[in-house]
Amino acid sequence: MEDLIIRRKQENNVLTVFAEGRIDNQNSPQFSEEVKPYLNDVNKLVFDLEKLIYISSAGLRVLLDVFKCMTENAVTDLVIRKPTEIVFEALEVTGIADLYNIEN
Amino acid sequence: MKLIKNELEIEAEAVKLRTVISFIDEQLEAVGCPMKTQLQIELAVEEIFVNIASYAYAPGTGTVQIKTVISGEPPVAEITFIDHGVRYDPLSRDDPNVKLPPSERKIGGLGIFLTKKNMDNVSYEYRDGCNILVMRKLLINQ
Repeated sequence: MEDLIIRRKQENNVLTVFAEGRIDNQNSPQFSEEVKPYLNDVNKLVFDLEKLIYISSAGLRVLLDVFKCMTENAVTDLVIRKPTEIVFEALEVTGIADLYNIEN
Repeated sequence: MKLIKNELEIEAEAVKLRTVISFIDEQLEAVGCPMKTQLQIELAVEEIFVNIASYAYAPGTGTVQIKTVISGEPPVAEITFIDHGVRYDPLSRDDPNVKLPPSERKIGGLGIFLTKKNMDNVSYEYRDGCNILVMRKLLINQ
């Protein structure tokens, strides 16, 4: 089973997080640990999910949690880029698609 | 098509999640289930299994029996989870209000909500000291 690969790119206070593979109950803590400590001084956050084929509620909770952290710091430029069909459906059903700007 | 039946009894522990998903995938792949449908079923299976692993026997441990039947034309998968833990109907809780601002949302409930959205049918009963949750889905692209 494919696991999760996270890459980060930071340029001029814009943090892009590339997530590839699957985010499930077993690796959602890894997802959180590879994102949350890097949010200081970020004024735009992009999750690039083009290569993410699966996300369950554990991963969706991380996206909610990150949204809360960012809005507490008054950062509202939050983007989810190119979600795959099934990931987009999960974002939509859980209302997360309303919180992030979705770019296709 | 030919009836496919299988059964797995496994410790109800979250670390067993991928064993459970592999068990389900093998059978779905054997009948050529479309990838999107397979991922939707995996999602539902994960949410139910993790729920049982987290709550059924806490703070103790126990097992869960997972039975699969694939039959019909077009094929329908029926997946049954049976545990002997504390009586709990996950379908009894209200769906989360996903339109609330995140700060006002309650933790939890998302998993069952996703399960209901991704399967065609989910039912629960408590019988002979067992929680029995059955979910079904047609194995075609929807």
